[in-house]
Amino acid sequence: MADVLVFAEHIAGHFPKTTLVAVNAGIELAKKRGGGKCVAVIAGENLDGPAAELAKYGMTKVIALDDPKLAHYLADVYAQAMTALAKSLGVEYVLATATAMGKDLMPRVAARLNAPMASEIVSIGDDGTLVRPLYAGNALATVEMDGPLKVISVRATAFDSAKPGDSAAPVEKATPELDPAGLKMQFVSFNETKSDRPQLTEARIVVSGGRGLKSGENFKTVLEPLVDEMGAAMGASRAAVDAGFVPNDLQVGQTGKVVAPELYVAVGISGAIQHLAGMKDSKTIVAINKDEEAPIFNVADYGLVADLFKAVPEMVEALKKVKHS
Amino acid sequence: MKILVSVKRVPDPATTIRILPDGSGIATDNVKWVINPFDEIAIEEALRIKEKQGGGDVALLSIGQQPWQEQLRTGLAMGADRAILVRADQPLDSLAIARVMAKIVGDEKSDLVIVGKQAIDDDSNQVGQMLAEMLGWPQATFASKIEIVGTKCTVVREVDGGLETIAFDLPAVITTDLRLNEPRYASLPGIMKARKKELKEIPVDSLGVDLTPKLKIKTLAAPPKRQAGRKVGSVEELVGVLHSEAKVI
Repeated sequence: MADVLVFAEHIAGHFPKTTLVAVNAGIELAKKRGGGKCVAVIAGENLDGPAAELAKYGMTKVIALDDPKLAHYLADVYAQAMTALAKSLGVEYVLATATAMGKDLMPRVAARLNAPMASEIVSIGDDGTLVRPLYAGNALATVEMDGPLKVISVRATAFDSAKPGDSAAPVEKATPELDPAGLKMQFVSFNETKSDRPQLTEARIVVSGGRGLKSGENFKTVLEPLVDEMGAAMGASRAAVDAGFVPNDLQVGQTGKVVAPELYVAVGISGAIQHLAGMKDSKTIVAINKDEEAPIFNVADYGLVADLFKAVPEMVEALKKVKHS
Repeated sequence: MKILVSVKRVPDPATTIRILPDGSGIATDNVKWVINPFDEIAIEEALRIKEKQGGGDVALLSIGQQPWQEQLRTGLAMGADRAILVRADQPLDSLAIARVMAKIVGDEKSDLVIVGKQAIDDDSNQVGQMLAEMLGWPQATFASKIEIVGTKCTVVREVDGGLETIAFDLPAVITTDLRLNEPRYASLPGIMKARKKELKEIPVDSLGVDLTPKLKIKTLAAPPKRQAGRKVGSVEELVGVLHSEAKVI
C-alpha cells in the first residue's frame, strides 16, 4: 500500500485545472497502489480559504504550509518544505502536474529525496505502472521506478480533473521545515502576459497561429477576431513566437505547452513534429493552410487549403451566422 | 570564470522515429546524430558570457560512448576551450547523470553550469534541477535572458503566464530555453582549431559515483494513431461539419 503526496499549485489562492488534474491523478495512483492515502499540500501565505476550497476534491487530507517564507515560489525553499513533509508523512510518491512550476520544482525534490522521477506521465496502469512519452510523443515508454520514494509529474492533458464533492477532507496547518543556510535565491518580479481570454491549458477551444500570419499585427487583426468569436484561447507555433509575433507563453509544442482541447484550429501552421507533439491529442483538429502538402493536414480531421487572410475573416462571419440561427 | 556546459548526443529532431518490433528501443541505423538543440544554446550562452567578461574557461561535458566525441568536437569548433567525455556504456538515469556531473563540477571547481532544459529524445527535463540540488546551488530553469555582474546573476525565466525574474549569487545551475540565444555555426577556422583542443576521456567507473538505475524503461510502444481526416472545400463547409458532424460549435 502506497501513500501519495500531491503538490497543489495555486495562483493567488485559486486552483487551475492543471492542479485538479494532479489531485485526480494522485487519488487514482493511491487507489491503484493498494488503497493508500492521497494527501494534498498547498504552500504559500494566508491559505485558510484556499485550503478549505481544495479540501472538497476527494483527497484524504489537505496540509497547508502557511508561512511568509513561502509567499513567492522559489525552487530551493519549496523543495526543502516539500521533501521534509514527504519524509515526515512517510509517503511513497510525490506528485505534481508538469506545469512550469512542477517542472522546476519536482526534480529538485527528487534529488533531495534521492528518488527517481518519471516526468510527464500520461497513464497509470492498474498495477501502478507508469507510461510517459519520449521523442516528442512519438514513442510511449512504460517505466518502472525502484526505491522507497518516487517522484512523478503528470501531463495535464492526460487525466481528468478531480470533481468537488459534498464532504470535505480535514485540513491541517503546518510550519515548513526550512534550513535558511540552504536558501540562496531571490524573487525579483513577474511580468504577466495579461489577457481576458481563457488559459491555453483550460480552454475548450484553442485557435493557434503560425508563421503564415506574417506579423504580430496580423495576429491582432486577423486571428484574434476568430479566437474571440469562438471564445477560444489563443496559441502559437514556435516560429511565430521566435519571430516575436506573440509572447512565449502562447507556444504550443514539445518544448512549450501541451494542450488537448475539444477543438484545435491551426491557422498558417505547417505542422512540424515538435508542434504536433503539443496538440495531437486534441479531440478535433482543423487546419487552414495555403500549402496542401503541409504536414499539419496529416493530423487534421478537417483540412482547408486556402489563403488564411481570406478564409479566417470568412469563418468569423460564418460563425456569427451559426450563432444567430 | 569557469563555465561547464553539458552536451548530449541525440537524434536529429527531424528524424522519423521507428520503434523496434520488440519494443526495446528505436531503430538507429538511419539516424543522424546532433547536439541536443538546447545544449547548443547552452554552449552559445557560455561563449557569449566568456566574450562579455573578456576571459574565462568554457568546458564541455558529455557522458556517453566513443562516438559522442563528434558532438564535442562540434562544440569545440563553436569556440569552447576544452571537452571532457565521461565514458559510460550502460544506460544512466537522470539521477546518475546528475551525480556524475556533480562530481565533475566539484573536480573542476566550476562557477557556473549551463545545461539544456531538456533532451529532445528523452524529454525528462530533470538533470539541471537535480544537479543544482545535489550541489546545494541556486537553479534558474527555462532561461530566456541571463545577466551576470560580478558574481550576481539575474535570470528571466519563461514560465506559465509570462516571464519571471529571479536573482542569486554564483555558483549556480542555469537551464536554457529556446529564446535565450541563436547559436553560432562553427566556422572553418573554428573546426581546424577544434582538432587541437583538449578532449579528455574519463571512464565513468573511476568517479566513484553510484550509477545504479532507479528509473528503468521496460518497453517502448507507438502512440495510438489518429484516424485520417479529410479536406473540406470551403469555409462554409468547414463551419457546417464542425457544427453538425464534430459537434464542437
